[in-house]
Amino acid sequence: MVKLTIDGTPIEVENGTTIMKAAASIGTPIPHLCYMKGLNEIAACRVCAVEVEGIDRLVPACDNVVKDGMVIKTNSPKVRESRRVNVELILSQHNGECTSCVRSGNCPLQTLANDLNIIDDNPYRKDIPLNHWNMAAPLIKDNTKCIKCMRCVQVCDKIQGMNIWDISGTGGHTSVDVSYNREIMGSDCSFCGQCITHCPTGALRERDDTKKVYEALADHSKVVIAQVAPAVRAAWCEDFGIPRDDKSEGLMVAALKRIGFDYVFDTNFGADMTIMEEANEFLHQLSDPEHHKFPMFTSCCPAWVRFLKSQFPELTGQLSTTKSPHQMFGATIKSYFAELMGINPKDIFVVSIMPCLAKKAEAALPNQNDACGEPDVDVSLTTREMNRMIRTDHIIPKILKPDVFDKPLGIASGAGQIFGVTGGVMEAALRTAYFKVTGKNPEPDAFREVRGQKGWKEATFEMNGKKLNIAVVSGLTNARNLIQDLVKGKVNYDFVEVMACPGGCSGGGGLPIHDDYNLTEEHGEMLYGLDLKNAIRYSHENPGVLKLYEDYFGEPLSEKAEKLLHTDHFGWDMP
Amino acid sequence: MSRLKIYSQSQAQTVVEELYRDTERRIVACPPGLCPVDLAASFLRLCHAQTCGKCVPCRVGLGQLSTLLEDIINGRGSEETVKLIEQTARVIKNTADCAIGVEAANMVLKGVIGFRDDYMEHVKHHRCLGSLNQPVPCVSLCPAGVDIPGYIALIHAGRYADAVKLIRKDNPFPTSCSLVCERPCEARCRRNMIDSSVNIRDLKRFACDNAGEVPVPETADPTGKKIAVIGGGPGGLSAAYYLSLMGHSVTVFEKRAKLGGMLRYGIPSYRLPRELLDKDINAILSTGNIEVKTGVNIGSADDSISELQKNYDAIYIAIGAHIDKKLGLPGEDSRGVISAVEMLRSIGEGNMPDFSGKNVCIVGGGNVAMDCTRSVRRLGADKVTCVYRRRPQDMTALPEEIKAATAEGCEIATMRAPTRVETDADGNVVGLWVQPQITGPFDSTGRPIPEMADREEILIPCDFIIVAIGQGIESKPFEDAGIPIQRGSISTMGGGDIENHEGIFAGGDCVSGPATVIQAIGAGKVAAANIDEYLGFNHTIEIDVDIPPAMLKDFHGYGRVHLEEREAADRKKDFDLVECGMTYEEAMQESGRCLRCDHFGYGVFKGGRNKEW
Repeated sequence: MVKLTIDGTPIEVENGTTIMKAAASIGTPIPHLCYMKGLNEIAACRVCAVEVEGIDRLVPACDNVVKDGMVIKTNSPKVRESRRVNVELILSQHNGECTSCVRSGNCPLQTLANDLNIIDDNPYRKDIPLNHWNMAAPLIKDNTKCIKCMRCVQVCDKIQGMNIWDISGTGGHTSVDVSYNREIMGSDCSFCGQCITHCPTGALRERDDTKKVYEALADHSKVVIAQVAPAVRAAWCEDFGIPRDDKSEGLMVAALKRIGFDYVFDTNFGADMTIMEEANEFLHQLSDPEHHKFPMFTSCCPAWVRFLKSQFPELTGQLSTTKSPHQMFGATIKSYFAELMGINPKDIFVVSIMPCLAKKAEAALPNQNDACGEPDVDVSLTTREMNRMIRTDHIIPKILKPDVFDKPLGIASGAGQIFGVTGGVMEAALRTAYFKVTGKNPEPDAFREVRGQKGWKEATFEMNGKKLNIAVVSGLTNARNLIQDLVKGKVNYDFVEVMACPGGCSGGGGLPIHDDYNLTEEHGEMLYGLDLKNAIRYSHENPGVLKLYEDYFGEPLSEKAEKLLHTDHFGWDMP
Repeated sequence: MSRLKIYSQSQAQTVVEELYRDTERRIVACPPGLCPVDLAASFLRLCHAQTCGKCVPCRVGLGQLSTLLEDIINGRGSEETVKLIEQTARVIKNTADCAIGVEAANMVLKGVIGFRDDYMEHVKHHRCLGSLNQPVPCVSLCPAGVDIPGYIALIHAGRYADAVKLIRKDNPFPTSCSLVCERPCEARCRRNMIDSSVNIRDLKRFACDNAGEVPVPETADPTGKKIAVIGGGPGGLSAAYYLSLMGHSVTVFEKRAKLGGMLRYGIPSYRLPRELLDKDINAILSTGNIEVKTGVNIGSADDSISELQKNYDAIYIAIGAHIDKKLGLPGEDSRGVISAVEMLRSIGEGNMPDFSGKNVCIVGGGNVAMDCTRSVRRLGADKVTCVYRRRPQDMTALPEEIKAATAEGCEIATMRAPTRVETDADGNVVGLWVQPQITGPFDSTGRPIPEMADREEILIPCDFIIVAIGQGIESKPFEDAGIPIQRGSISTMGGGDIENHEGIFAGGDCVSGPATVIQAIGAGKVAAANIDEYLGFNHTIEIDVDIPPAMLKDFHGYGRVHLEEREAADRKKDFDLVECGMTYEEAMQESGRCLRCDHFGYGVFKGGRNKEW
């Protein structure tokens, strides 16, 4: 233990504690910008610099540990002066047009500048760098807002292992850009969006596609249909101060209807379909091991598909051909539902609302147009974009009456619900596979071993006497490690679920952003809660799905199902 | 009113003079990888401040050039901007009245040609080719990438054995390098910004002197692979050390009777005592997987390379550069003309030539010439003269070597180009004729070319002439075996591998031409990694030593500790080590000067160290 004094208060903390953490433990938050716990402790912004008695220069609190007898002042005249000047310097290179920034109101830089009462007397001339970016990319970097905190570089390097971002240039012209002097669309970026959710300013964001949705809504010839992914309902409410409870899903549906969507469907229905196809595909492969390579990999995460195709292209053939739920659902809407309602599928405009950035890229793939030749999903929005639409219409969700998803594509099982959390796809697939193999349902929670936030989980289950080795990974560094071990023969699996974002879609790169805390686990808990409460726990018992197969697809892996619900991962190339 | 005044410096001028010195040191501390366009713009700004303001091209033109360069750097420039920069600089060069403008414009022109790619990257893609690949300056300049801030911190904490372990992760010759490394790491030490670079090499010596026996790490499980290393010098043994740690079986083929290469047969023991060299070699051999075959000349009829290829899974060629170059002067084959390589090798083998009472001339200006000069002094010569055709500052030998030789009573006869050897009737050397030179115009690298002065030839009477004007590589047997040779050196690709020769690697002096020990060690390390990879493995070399955290402290200027040397009058009589190591007090002060660039600055962002390779 180390004894020290912070702002006159004597405290005792564990050896190795940073000054920042020690101060926080006595309710003295030290302001910071670049710092992100465990990920980015590089003392770049110098906002957290404090005075340590006996040292003339100030000491950054984020990356220096306390020492016995230290006397620290966090608000001395020297600290105040330095903090203010450093923030003024950051602002001198920051495009501070907060009125037109997606992060206004949720921006640590804005908050800090306000806290420091920097109003209109910044003495430094504005010197904002130029921005050169392909604005058609799903991921937008605005160099005029970048404060070079390096968090994006770190999350991409350390958590995702992709090294898409790096320092560009040297000296005063140092900036952050796509590594190796590449252009974003020419890079192997998975579009997981983790850099966006780790960015403290509006320098990183998704391409805003809301305008396209408004255009469709304004076009009377279009039937505009929203479909909402599981994780969205667990997180959207955070932007509106609405508790994550029984009502939040219904309030979201109500808000979307208020915006004017003709139908609001549940992507969980698509998830149930995914399970029907994927579980059957897996069992089919298991029954014919000679002609298939194992493990089979899940394919519902488009960032993971991009990752595999670029990093280990030789394994692309081991991806399940099953489409991701929103694509499968889009194709079903523009075929089955269009037929059912007697609508020309070309008059249907499908908007998927996702916790995800990569789905924007996926929806634009040249071979995701199986229903009518036009994209099966017209626009994919992040949860943040949906929330901006709700705010644009000045809808106050919490005073709305909770509503329900539209029929017939609005019924979902609990198995579909847990798609939004790491391990969920695996669990849902095993529930159905077990039924298919044994003829009886397992206990709904029989496969709960795959739950939890661990990045790489393994389990062995028995199904009709056959042992199944499965693994679940989330986060692309974990995915890379798993594949490297697979290739070396260190591990052996039959079926592997991969989600690019740590924690799965519950930690998705398209969810609301919180600078100082992470709600991935809470989002997952909510989805497990919804699963538990759902009367239907198995995808194969979803009456809507059963009817869909009865009326339209026949059975999983039928010719029609193969055409509309499966995709060719070789049908497009990564840069 | 006085007619004349005595000049006295104003206070402002005094401070400016200090700033000039600060700037000089600051330029020294530029890390490799900075954007050249940005640097050119910065230098140009200084040039513009120097203009007296009289002439248009310099007063206005340099300012406009600055603006144009800024446009390029800020992504506002086009190819037209580059053309305009060239045109403006050309006009300034052609019309400025004095060197202030002309040379400033020349700097810009040099850059537009010299780093045009960087200009174009800014113009076309609005970005830069520059990047700081290795964030720590000293580590980035060490050819072996030794974790310097790490071991200095360990020395400061009194953990000398850990320091040696950490060095060995990247360099298995800590002791030898602590005495003879040319210390490229110190060149751009950030400490230069405050006072001067940390004395890294001599701190390493302090660690080695005080570490005691430091065991080598355990080797990995045997792989069953066999690797032949041709040449038992620092490069070959470095590769052997790491390959052995990786679990491969290594056989080192050495032509001479003992291992060590140039460390033994080139460097005199007053710089590197043999028992200290043996300490490194014994540690390397103690890894266990290394078999040594001395007295074997690969390339001779019996032991051909193709024979090795049959019996080994991979081959590393590290034969060094051991053949001498000739002067090409009349009388060079007279009795008494000796090659430097020959003499130093004989000393390395323990056969000391006797120069008692003789006059000896050494021809050359490099470190080998200094080694000969100082050795001859120790072998009893009456008069020792090092003859060199350029100025003292043009000598490639380390300045401290020249100084030490002078202190030991050797003459350095500069501006003297040897023309012919004078002999007696029996063909014995009796003198060396030299032609006085005048330093002339610069060559393309900025070194003045010596030219014949309008003076008479001079005879330097002497009994022996030692020729130390460079070494070559015995590449013939390898060329015969089909190994590609370019300008006398073995030609390799980036990883030491040889095109169209699977499994054959080469590195060190035989590839680079005569260079430094640490470069050969670095090449050996690279080869070990790539041979391992080639054999289908992915062993990592790592070390479990935790590095003490950086201390928080203010910057105060401190002198750099210099090693004392034994008195010249005393040391010139023997081959014992000349330099005395640091005292504890000195080592603590000097290690405390390290700025810990692994923790402060860019190091903390990009990771201060490679924990494994």
